[in-house]
Amino acid sequence: MMSWLPENISLEGKEVDFFFYVSYYLTNITFIIVAITMAVFLIRYRQKPGKKAKYTHGNNTLEIVWTIVPTVILLVFVLMTQASWARLKYTPPTNPDVRVEIIGKQFNWVIVYPGPDKKFGTSDDLKLDNQLNVPVNKQVLITLKGEDVIHSLFIPAARLKQDILPGRKTPFWFTPIKTGKYEMPCAELCGVGHSGMKGELVVHTEKSYQEWLKTAWTKKEEKP
Amino acid sequence: MSESNHTSSTHDDHHSHGGFWSTYIFSTDHKTIGKQFLWLGLIMMIVGGLLALMFRWQLAWPVEKFDSAIWGLGWLSDENPFLPEGKMGPDVYNMFVTMHATIMVFLVVMPILVGCFGNFLIPLMIGARDMAFPWLNLLSFWAAVLGAIVMSCGFFVEGGHASAGWTGYAPLSTVSDYSGVEWGQNLWAISLFILSLSSLMGSVNYITTIINMRTKGMNWFRMPLSVWALFVTAILGLLALPILGSACALMIFDRVFDTAFFNPAKGGEPLLWQHLFWYFGHPEVYILILPAMGMASDILSVFSRKPIFGYRAMVYAMSSIAFLSWIVWGHHMFQSGMNPALGTAFMMTTLVIAIPSAIKTFNWLGTLWGGSIRFTLPMLHGLAFVILFVVGGLSGIYMASNVVDIYIHDTYFIVAHFHYVIFGGTIFAIFGGIAYWFPKMFGTYFDSALGKVHFWLTFIFFNLAFFPMHILGVGGHMRRIYDPTQYEYLADLQPMNVFITLAAAGMGLGQIPFALNFFGSVFSLSGKVYKSFTQILTSLIVAFISYKSVAFLLEGITKPVITNTSRTVSGIVSIVLFILVYRYLVSNMKTLGEPAVQNPWDANTLEWVAPTPTPHGNFGPELPVVFRNPYEYSVPGENEDWAPQTTPLKPQADGASH
Repeated sequence: MMSWLPENISLEGKEVDFFFYVSYYLTNITFIIVAITMAVFLIRYRQKPGKKAKYTHGNNTLEIVWTIVPTVILLVFVLMTQASWARLKYTPPTNPDVRVEIIGKQFNWVIVYPGPDKKFGTSDDLKLDNQLNVPVNKQVLITLKGEDVIHSLFIPAARLKQDILPGRKTPFWFTPIKTGKYEMPCAELCGVGHSGMKGELVVHTEKSYQEWLKTAWTKKEEKP
Repeated sequence: MSESNHTSSTHDDHHSHGGFWSTYIFSTDHKTIGKQFLWLGLIMMIVGGLLALMFRWQLAWPVEKFDSAIWGLGWLSDENPFLPEGKMGPDVYNMFVTMHATIMVFLVVMPILVGCFGNFLIPLMIGARDMAFPWLNLLSFWAAVLGAIVMSCGFFVEGGHASAGWTGYAPLSTVSDYSGVEWGQNLWAISLFILSLSSLMGSVNYITTIINMRTKGMNWFRMPLSVWALFVTAILGLLALPILGSACALMIFDRVFDTAFFNPAKGGEPLLWQHLFWYFGHPEVYILILPAMGMASDILSVFSRKPIFGYRAMVYAMSSIAFLSWIVWGHHMFQSGMNPALGTAFMMTTLVIAIPSAIKTFNWLGTLWGGSIRFTLPMLHGLAFVILFVVGGLSGIYMASNVVDIYIHDTYFIVAHFHYVIFGGTIFAIFGGIAYWFPKMFGTYFDSALGKVHFWLTFIFFNLAFFPMHILGVGGHMRRIYDPTQYEYLADLQPMNVFITLAAAGMGLGQIPFALNFFGSVFSLSGKVYKSFTQILTSLIVAFISYKSVAFLLEGITKPVITNTSRTVSGIVSIVLFILVYRYLVSNMKTLGEPAVQNPWDANTLEWVAPTPTPHGNFGPELPVVFRNPYEYSVPGENEDWAPQTTPLKPQADGASH
């Protein structure tokens, strides 16, 4: 099953994958135990002539055991998870390497780069449709904004997803660790054009990122 | 109490000689209303199932034109509004996805599980003559019919039916400009409002009946688990459905009267809809599964010939599920943008609710342990319920973990999960329940041989259709996308979409034997012609499915290269299977519609004490008096391995039961 996961390209994705594996082993072992028990019971206790079923109403010790064992396992699982959840969703980085804004609207991601002054809403901002360019091994903080309905930014290769509520700013951050081009679909049904609403994440090496910055702003200056 | 029952009995006898309308259409008899709900649910199941097959078609072959002539569907011309230019548009796709889920949840599973079995079983199992409020009961059914009619009208209005998903997330659902849907979404909300009223009436009735009308000796802890489950479900329904109704009312205000509860452009709050919907929606999930758990418990106990293992643990588990179901709704919203601190709390409560489900599973295994298991048709469905529910429950752990959910949320993994629970769990329990209570409901037998062919077709193709969806989800395949080939990273997974669609079609065909069986048995079509027709058609379906399956196995599903070898091999396999199934049916099928005996399964509970066919008022002049627990099977020292709940226990056996 795990071989179907796309290749992971982010630090955050490693944590998600780790808990995916934990869930995978936990559920598979449980399933195998239950299925084998059931199969054995079905074969062993099938109707046989002259054999009467056991007359029993249960066993309190067993009930307590199979209440406490799953409780302990599940609580440990919850506690294990929460540090990761906090890192992935609670605490946006205060000092990220790169800042970008993404505006979700039917049916595009508008990516806003702050430009040399590193401030949004100024004249040197660069707006690109569906093109997110980031350098590798740097922490990226994206501010998600929405214009119409709810969209959800999904980067399967980075294992990350966050819904975008219109009228609110939602932080989203990740650190890519592998260069390449990856798809960024919308994961929340957003209307007729939902299917096919996707952007491209380009993870650059440091060098090609600097080159991209240069050419992008040169082009921008030429335009007006 | 017995006095009032006396009078109502004589009154009812008088009443039951009413005409056609009062007996079959506007009946106040809980059994008739139960059967009416069953018909409503089964008819809507055909609609919901066909919708699913149509959008599965789109997912498997998103680019190719639907060549209707090849499939003998020439009447679906290019002018068909649902297939412009021979292809389903994304608007129609979204609409079909939305309506498949809406119909299956609100007009199939709820009417059958709660409406049919709740109505039919509660009075019979607790030894009452009818529901506490027979007229409210009648009203509840006809409100459901009205809801179904309003819902169906949505397909024919300008702008199409609702297409914002069955969850109807605002503001896509509340602002027409965003979706292009006009009255479709309004009718959707109005219909759900009516259906919530219908369920509310049912819930009030069930709760009152169970509290007040249990016969003498029917203590709380002598009630069958089906009744316990329906009682807990009714409480959930009573509290949850007003929330759905209110949310739908606010949606209508937003859409028709231009208010702004959910529209952020005017200062509304889109998350409010999600909170309202899931605050209703999570108890709703348990409304959809608890009665199935109860029915499966009854079936497992009867056909293991053993008392249910841990009866009280089962009751407490169901009650705690009901309580906890109110504080887990946020796990649907981990990625919604609500405060992530809540994600921790909701993950905790969600994993806590897994514990009573685990307890129930272990108790079902305990019931099988040491039993004398009969593999009857209801039992096969009951066992399928247990194992598929286990798969569905375990796959829930992935979504319950807020970290894993970041990736798996809104992918096919969740689609696989809830189909394992609602189809694998609930629908199998429904099939099992129909087979088990059919003799009491319709006074004839549901044919077991034909039923077993249906069971295996459904069980095999259910797993083939839904298990691969886990893999799609792990591959990152989003749900509700119209054309998976628009995404490069999903290209490798497309053959699996084709596979799922073919398996779903196989499962759809597999329902025909069920329909034939149901019709034949309900209407006592005992003639040889109908029987032979049934046998030949069922065998042909098996032959056709096996021919296609083997051919796809040999040729691959994406680019079939039809060779003579594969044609020969699949031909031989299908002929062999045709002969085997046909011979099996010929030698095992009974005459359809033979009158059923009073207690065909040697079961203990009170519905089997009532005569078959069961008259209005259910029992004779005297109500039954209960002396023992519902699952006293294989009691040592008794000659038979069963005895109705009305049989007094011998002193020593009584001692053993504590």
